[in-house]
Amino acid sequence: MSEITSLSLFELIKNIKEKKISSNEVAKSFIDRSEKSKKLNAYVTENFENCLKLSKDFDNKPNFDLKLPGIPIAVKDLFCTNEVRTTAGSNILNNFVPSYESTVTQNIWNEGGILLGKLNCDEFAMGSSNETSFFGNVQNPIAKDLVPGGSSGGSSSALAASLTPVTIGTDTGGSIRQPASFTGTVGLKPTYGSCSRYGIVAFASSLDQAGPMSKDVKDSSILLEVISSFDKKDSTSIDFKRNNYSSDLTRNIKGIKIGIPKEYRVDGMPDEIESLWKKGIEYAKDCGAEIIDISLPHSSYALPTYYIVAPAEASSNLARYDGVKYGLRSSGESLIDMYEKTRSEGFGEEVKRRIMIGTYVLSSGYYDAYYLKAQKVRQLIKQDFDQAYNKVDAILTPSTPSSAFKIGEKSNDPVSMYLNDIFTVPVNLAGLPGISIPAGTDKNNYPLGLQIIGKPFDEQTVLNIAYSMEEKINYKNNITDWWMQ
Amino acid sequence: MDAIMSKNNSEYLIERHDNVYEVVIGLEVHAQVTSNSKLFSSSSTKFGAEPNTQVSLVDAAFPGMLPVINEYCVKQAIKTGIGLKAKINNKSVFDRKNYFYADLPQGYQISQYKYPIVGEGNVILDMPEGQKQVGIERLHLEQDAGKSIHDVDPSNTLVDLNRSGVALMEIVSKPDLRSPDEVNAYIKKLRSIMRYLGTCDGNMQEGSLRADVNVSVRIKGSTDLGTRCEIKNVNSIKFMQMAIIYEANRQVDLIEEGEEIDQETRLFDTKKNETRSMRSKEDAHDYRYFPDPDLLPLELTDEFIDQLKSEIPELPDDKKKRFIDEFKVSPYEATILVSDIDTAKYFEEVVAKMGKNRDMKLAVNWITVELFAVLNNKNIEINQSPISAKNLAKLINLIKNGTISGKIAKTIFELMLDGDIDPQIIVEEKGLKQESDPKALEALIDKIINDNREKAIEYKQGKEKLFGFFVGQAMKASGGKANPQLINEILKKKL
Repeated sequence: MSEITSLSLFELIKNIKEKKISSNEVAKSFIDRSEKSKKLNAYVTENFENCLKLSKDFDNKPNFDLKLPGIPIAVKDLFCTNEVRTTAGSNILNNFVPSYESTVTQNIWNEGGILLGKLNCDEFAMGSSNETSFFGNVQNPIAKDLVPGGSSGGSSSALAASLTPVTIGTDTGGSIRQPASFTGTVGLKPTYGSCSRYGIVAFASSLDQAGPMSKDVKDSSILLEVISSFDKKDSTSIDFKRNNYSSDLTRNIKGIKIGIPKEYRVDGMPDEIESLWKKGIEYAKDCGAEIIDISLPHSSYALPTYYIVAPAEASSNLARYDGVKYGLRSSGESLIDMYEKTRSEGFGEEVKRRIMIGTYVLSSGYYDAYYLKAQKVRQLIKQDFDQAYNKVDAILTPSTPSSAFKIGEKSNDPVSMYLNDIFTVPVNLAGLPGISIPAGTDKNNYPLGLQIIGKPFDEQTVLNIAYSMEEKINYKNNITDWWMQ
Repeated sequence: MDAIMSKNNSEYLIERHDNVYEVVIGLEVHAQVTSNSKLFSSSSTKFGAEPNTQVSLVDAAFPGMLPVINEYCVKQAIKTGIGLKAKINNKSVFDRKNYFYADLPQGYQISQYKYPIVGEGNVILDMPEGQKQVGIERLHLEQDAGKSIHDVDPSNTLVDLNRSGVALMEIVSKPDLRSPDEVNAYIKKLRSIMRYLGTCDGNMQEGSLRADVNVSVRIKGSTDLGTRCEIKNVNSIKFMQMAIIYEANRQVDLIEEGEEIDQETRLFDTKKNETRSMRSKEDAHDYRYFPDPDLLPLELTDEFIDQLKSEIPELPDDKKKRFIDEFKVSPYEATILVSDIDTAKYFEEVVAKMGKNRDMKLAVNWITVELFAVLNNKNIEINQSPISAKNLAKLINLIKNGTISGKIAKTIFELMLDGDIDPQIIVEEKGLKQESDPKALEALIDKIINDNREKAIEYKQGKEKLFGFFVGQAMKASGGKANPQLINEILKKKL
């Protein structure tokens, strides 16, 4: 059965449709492997029994017209799932069971997907290493005691370890692309407004976007096709014509213009990242793309801008966790006392830090200097991209400034942790689609990723370039199943 | 308190020693939008439901829930803006007003801060001294909070979220009001306009209309504004007036004692009839307003606004003008008739049903005197009137064409109250038709003169007072049905 878990989503669908394997067999294989992989701590909540039952139901009454026929899928624990506990990696939602379903997950179930379980993540998606989760660290299957990235760390770990065929994450400043890069997998953040935010525990509303994570580009295109939809329940959802991303997928990118932003050559960037990027440029050329040097002059302001905008929104978004209506409530002498105790006990350090930052930058007297200024800079960053896209169709950069680091290595140094997002954050600020694909390894054999950034709503071009380059790069993860020994 | 209240309705003056102070008032009225569903969710807004039965996941701020603007509420706000002769802004923005409270599920209220949907406008008040224009600063849309209930459970506060997320219009006036009477007129005018538009029912008992009252005082004639205090959430006109009188005098006392007035938020204690400090400026909340990233800016096209303009009904000021022009009623009568949309409707229906030979004077009197007295007595609104406009018009026509006297009409009116009975039927059944046959009346009067010869002689000798006696006798003998005019004529002739 072990070979089932090594199949791609595309292959699984094909086999199920051809009745070579059943949904139940697929579910059993992934559950079996998940059971043996508890050391990774990828799951917060397992849905194995129900998944087996639903897979049998599918097999009894199969519908092969669906896009994900009987495919078990584990999802980041930021998506609200009807009657399945949803924690957002936080103690404050430790026992929260929604009575509703996020639009993105509903889209997956509507196409035949079956919930395998809820995957660990940084608390309220705030983190780059999955170390802020109330439910503990997650191991990167690449090597012991290596972080899987974050915030979608449970997702990247489960995916790389073949505990789920594909998964979905959310990306506010790099939370899909960075963990994908750290685990040798593919992660796509769609254009802001592509995937509904309805039912996703909010971190920073103007930046949050759900997206697919998979072992290869084709699988991401299949999943994107399912989850991307216009949704009236999300006022920021955009009604644009969505491609049939998987059937429109092509390796023909001849003549496509790819920009190389000089500002992304940051000080202190390791040589191996630099050489990876150079290699990436060569691969792109090999694929028939035209390489053009471009400038994104405000890039260096992206990270400080992000760390004003995102905490500001988060400080307000997280105000609802007050012990009054649901979730954790600590007892207190008065209403204020109850609030203080609930939120002190319910939130972890990083979340508190960001609530403090966000509250500060919105305070009267500081608003103009921080929040308003940040919004203006955000516009400039957007304009940088708009201008670049007059010349190019897409942009190629490294995904992260380094490979995965050791658990604990950066957990006491928030600024160094924040620097992880330096290449991914501008994409969120500008609302653009971006994908990270595995492109090589560092000296420790840890994976490194390249990022392709596209025009708004042009996920297809991003996917096509990634699909084409993926073939040339021909990267293979070396997973030894060390955690099973 | 040695306050001397000016008799002038438009001014409330306080005299202390040699100083005369005037009070400056601005109102922030919170008017609940008439809408079946809430501002950002589809929950019902019906008043008086069981606690927490009209609460959606959005209203209770469950994780991942998002607000979606209710277009109907937006239209209602725009219509109200048009009614206030105000500028409708093509672009407005919803902001989050952040603060913690148990009945505020999101931890913020969605409101409009920098860019409201409606800008400057004005309202005309009909004061006894003449018209007064009050400036409107802005109107914005916002969510109402839930309700904290402190007096049901001895040790806990309970929260009812039925009201959470209900759409409110906050209508901010300029500091143009100068007396409790003007406040009364202003609130009533606002309510009247919104009721004409159907955008707010104005029901203060149910909390559909409440206000924060900003009060300051200054030496009369000064053009600088004094330091103001804001009296929060007052829910009746009477309490607003009481609060203003108390607060203005408190401020004058402070000034006269050489003390400073602190800019602060105060509460009105309706039992003790006084305002109390709630929080000082230093303790004021920092609401950390910022644009709600869950909502796009509200952009309205001119076509959309023009379409709504075309749907605006005739408003009180225009109706008043028309009533004066078309029905020749006095400005005072017109003001009364148009103040409430249902009164105006009733009046117009009566006028229509009276037909060609209509008598406006009678119509106005019967509505504003007789009918209003009944409504007041029964404590009901005119739309619940026990007498329909159609039947009242019939009654008026019966007077007008001489079928009945005014006096008999009052008797019939009383009888009509019991089930809106057609006055014509009452006249016929009870035989109340006025006796206007001169021959019958002459016979009747002959008999009276015959029976009271001595008095008739006294009258002829100059005791003219006795004429009234004969009229009374004649009316009595006819059972009140005799046509008074004919009685007069015949008596004069015969005596």
